[in-house]
Amino acid sequence: MISIFKRLNAHEWMLICISVALVVAQVITDLRIPGYMSTITRLIETEGSTMQEILNTGAMMLIMAVLSMLVMFCSGFVSSRLSAYYSRDLRDKIFHKVQSFSPEEIDRFSTASLITRSTNDVAQIQNFVAGGFTMIVNMPITVGIALSKMAGGHWQWTVLTAGCVIIVLSVVIFVILYAHPRFRRMQVLTDNLNAVTRENMTGIRVIRAYNAADYQMDKFTDRNDTLTKNQLQAQRAMTVMQPTMRFTQNILTIGIYCIGAWIISKTSSMEALNTFSTMVVFSNYASRVLFSIQSLNFIFNQLPRVSVCANRVNEVLDTDVHVKNGSEMRGKGGMRGVVEFRNVAFRYPDSEADVIHNISFTANRGETVAFIGATGSGKTSLVNLIPRFYDVTEGQVLVDGRDVKDYDLKVLHNKIGYTPQRAILFTGTVYSNVNYGENELRYTEEEAFEEVKKAVEIAQAKDFVEEKEDGYFTFISRGGTNVSGGQKQRISIARSVFRKPEIYIFDDTFGALDYKTDRTLRGALKKKTAGVTTLIVAQRIGTIRDADQIIVLDEGEIVGHGTHRELLENCSVYREIAYTQMSEEELANG
Amino acid sequence: MAKNEYEFGQARMQQGRGGGRGRMAIAEKPHDMIGTLRKLLAYFRKFLPAVIIAFSCTLISVVLTIFAPNMLSRITNLIEAGMKSGNMDLGRIFRTAGWILGFYLFSALLTFVEHQMMVLTSNRINWTLREDISHKLNRIPLSRFDSASFGDVLSRVTNDIDSVGMSLRMSANEIVSATATFLGCGIMMLITNVWLALVSMVFAFAGFFIMNVIIKKSQPYFRARSATLGEMNGHIEEIYAGHLIVKAYNGEADASKEFNRINQLLYEANWKSQFISGIMRPLMTLLSNLGYVTVCVMGAIMVLNGKITYGVIIAFVLYVRMFTMPLSMVAQAMTSLQTAVAGAERIFNFLEEPEMENEDTKIKTLEDVKGHISFEHVKFGYDKDHPIIHDFSYEVMPGQKVAIVGPTGAGKTTLVNLLMRFYEVDDGCIKIDGISTRDMTREAVHDQFCMVLQDTWLFEGTVFENVAYGRPDVSLDEVVAACRAVGMNRFIRSLPQGYDTVLSDATNLSAGQRQLLTIARAMIDDAKFLILDEATSSVDTRTEQLVQNAMDKLTEGRTSFTIAHRLSTIRNADVILVMKDGDIVETGSHDELLEKGGFYAELWNSQFVNAEAI
Repeated sequence: MISIFKRLNAHEWMLICISVALVVAQVITDLRIPGYMSTITRLIETEGSTMQEILNTGAMMLIMAVLSMLVMFCSGFVSSRLSAYYSRDLRDKIFHKVQSFSPEEIDRFSTASLITRSTNDVAQIQNFVAGGFTMIVNMPITVGIALSKMAGGHWQWTVLTAGCVIIVLSVVIFVILYAHPRFRRMQVLTDNLNAVTRENMTGIRVIRAYNAADYQMDKFTDRNDTLTKNQLQAQRAMTVMQPTMRFTQNILTIGIYCIGAWIISKTSSMEALNTFSTMVVFSNYASRVLFSIQSLNFIFNQLPRVSVCANRVNEVLDTDVHVKNGSEMRGKGGMRGVVEFRNVAFRYPDSEADVIHNISFTANRGETVAFIGATGSGKTSLVNLIPRFYDVTEGQVLVDGRDVKDYDLKVLHNKIGYTPQRAILFTGTVYSNVNYGENELRYTEEEAFEEVKKAVEIAQAKDFVEEKEDGYFTFISRGGTNVSGGQKQRISIARSVFRKPEIYIFDDTFGALDYKTDRTLRGALKKKTAGVTTLIVAQRIGTIRDADQIIVLDEGEIVGHGTHRELLENCSVYREIAYTQMSEEELANG
Repeated sequence: MAKNEYEFGQARMQQGRGGGRGRMAIAEKPHDMIGTLRKLLAYFRKFLPAVIIAFSCTLISVVLTIFAPNMLSRITNLIEAGMKSGNMDLGRIFRTAGWILGFYLFSALLTFVEHQMMVLTSNRINWTLREDISHKLNRIPLSRFDSASFGDVLSRVTNDIDSVGMSLRMSANEIVSATATFLGCGIMMLITNVWLALVSMVFAFAGFFIMNVIIKKSQPYFRARSATLGEMNGHIEEIYAGHLIVKAYNGEADASKEFNRINQLLYEANWKSQFISGIMRPLMTLLSNLGYVTVCVMGAIMVLNGKITYGVIIAFVLYVRMFTMPLSMVAQAMTSLQTAVAGAERIFNFLEEPEMENEDTKIKTLEDVKGHISFEHVKFGYDKDHPIIHDFSYEVMPGQKVAIVGPTGAGKTTLVNLLMRFYEVDDGCIKIDGISTRDMTREAVHDQFCMVLQDTWLFEGTVFENVAYGRPDVSLDEVVAACRAVGMNRFIRSLPQGYDTVLSDATNLSAGQRQLLTIARAMIDDAKFLILDEATSSVDTRTEQLVQNAMDKLTEGRTSFTIAHRLSTIRNADVILVMKDGDIVETGSHDELLEKGGFYAELWNSQFVNAEAI
């Protein structure tokens, strides 16, 4: 929690200081007002007071009231600026930090969690800075000043006030200790309940098919009961709070009056007037003290939540990015589209075993190299090393004769056209999705449009794009939900074609396409973008059988390396895969 | 993907809740206030006694508190008199004080009771609403689930319940108590002193008026804030989810530019909305202080002129505070009530979704099923105006293996939907052993089928529960036998708690292992018919062999329907139904279809033709 303050800059510190000063000023002026009441009381009770004297005092009260308002006004202005400013900075820092992350760091947090941290957590912190912060400053100051004003009063009053403070404090502590943990648990319990609902949604076919609605319902009711019980406990505990607070407040006022009456009855008239006039004010201050203490409830409710948020934000900001940028701006003289793995091993952080191990191969310019193997055999991990999504644990990955670690990342990425298995589109148009990001190509607008058209055509997306009313400027909604899966994939392939890379990486990209489109697309790629090295991860033998090199992976190691024909003869794993997909005669005839 | 979107939705929801803290958020208006309130009242009916007790407690406690300032004023007068005369009537003072304390104590107890009642009621209602929604899910036709927005609707409804419960508990009572306080207090003030009363009222109404103006003026700012926030969250979600692409295509600069633009807008919207809502407090405090000062000064002058006693001032200082609060409280309670009713409306809309027909009179169990299925002139369309199956008739003999093939999106799953009566045929019928599935209950239909789907759905529960799904009578031995049959027994035994291991996201089961478990589940189900819907497509080719073996075991002695992507897996089917664009275009065995040289042949060949040779 504290560490989040370390991220404040000078401007923000200044705003905080101003804000605190304003709160102090406001409390002081605010607490002056009841003091004048005491003066008025004295005037009333003193023979011969004039109306003018009362009006004068009244005027002072008014001035204080207006002053207090103005100060509060400023304080509101400063704290709203502060909270907005701070949250803007925080959001900015997190966003740019996450941008700098490699997938390794993203995986560690999970995308969903990072989103929550950048949005919800920041909003919580902002709310706290806007509201809770002033309250935290306000409470001790009010209590302090009010107590100092009360210091002149009779000790009996002080004792009574202390007693009431203890009552209120114990109720607040009870609530903090009993109800707050239950409120905090509620989120978990609600999530549990929602998990069943989500299960009911995702598994609806299975649930219906197995007539298991009652089974699911029982599970739901069970969690609903737990949630309701917990919520009841928490809320019922809270019901103690308000009545006790009000009652104590009243005991205090009446008690002070009664004690006052008793003291007055025993003292001289001069002394008595003094007591009488302070009595009214004392009770006013005392109730403010009680009120401020009550705000502890809010603070202790907010503080744990905010500090959880703050910690979560800090975790993100404190994360070191593993993949460090290099400085090399070009490959070794004359080399283009050459990818080489030298005894590469890779393991995920915190993992005990290598995902891939002892991998060596070279893909020369214009060659097609395919990777095949069971799920979990390390195909994706392997190709992810080329754009440095991850860094190798051992060995070297070289692109155009240089270690990928030596490249400036932008330069490296410009060499590569990467398409993942799950197509990712951004809000915008077909055009903005194909002409995406930065590359070395410096097109004019017209040229860019022509190139987009070409790329779309190669990716076999021309027909459906041009069929649409707005053609290349068809709106793509967030996540690309308004185009079908196959169309999404083709647009994302067009994106990689557009940037004219030296190396294509297709990570199981073609699986989403039907056989026919798969075939024509690969044909078009071969023809129209000859000379580009192609690395393909695939499941289908049909997709890769004509590759120049096929690398068969099993449990992270290369168990076969050669052409389709060679592998059929000498690689049992490959043969096994092939046999499940085609019959022997077809293999032979192929 | 779907799961991710759901989580995004969650983040959005939380955002919405975290935003305003109820102080001054945008009020949402229900479409049918009265109708929804009436439905809500129906839920309250069961708890009517509790509600009545709560409301009576509120009223009595309000009346008691209203009298208190008056009595405090009496004490002050007594003390003042005692001070002047030098003869303090302590006895009377303490007695009056005792009465007030009694009033307050009683009022506190009543408040306590009232809160307890409301907490109980609102939680019970929340519980019931949640149960109703969950029950409702079972009665909604599957077509509704397949529509895109449904998940969103459901997650909103779930969130609505909490807010409805809370605002009802708070608002309903607040409105009662605030109104009572307002009226009672006004009357007491008028009785005590007309002039002071009128002055106090002017301040109270002025405050109320100013507050309304501010709320109204602030609405656009809040609206702008939540719109910008939505935009910001959308952008963040998108960039984070597409992180790989942003990185690989050097899209960081573009993303940052957009982010900075939105962030700056958000900053503006944030501080403006925060500030304008922050104006309220100083203004209200000023007004309350002004009221206080005026009462003190006017009162003091009136005391000097002998018009009132000093005690009246004391009473008024308290009354003014009591009188100012209810107005704003009622206003706020009304706003939050409105939002709650809007939430409730969504809940009721959900609960009133059309349900599947009642089937109490239909055949509940089928005895001794042979495994014969016939499609007779089946006509169906997801949209009634666009039939996708026009007139399909086919007879499947007991024990036959039927395969359904076709490109993605051809509607292969449609047939499964109809077989299982997830969807109803528009015309014609499907008969099991000569009995139309329409004449039996859905449960009876489901009992005839075991199913293995592409989506290997496992739920949070133990391995045993997952395999013995929905059948409480299954013994551990049977489950073990099924798992052994699919080759999972050894693996399960190796898990920390064996068959009692709870499967969750944390449990690392591979796609293949998950699939094998669902096959074991289908074995336990042991029905006459079997449906395999792309059961191997999420499994890699080597594991596929294992799964395939398990499935072959499963098809023995059953009439089976297999949907497959990989043509090689279904070539030994007895009959192949070829689908295209939702229609069944060809039927026949593998060899027949190849010979025919139609669409199936084209499909079959395309998987082996190479990319154009260089």
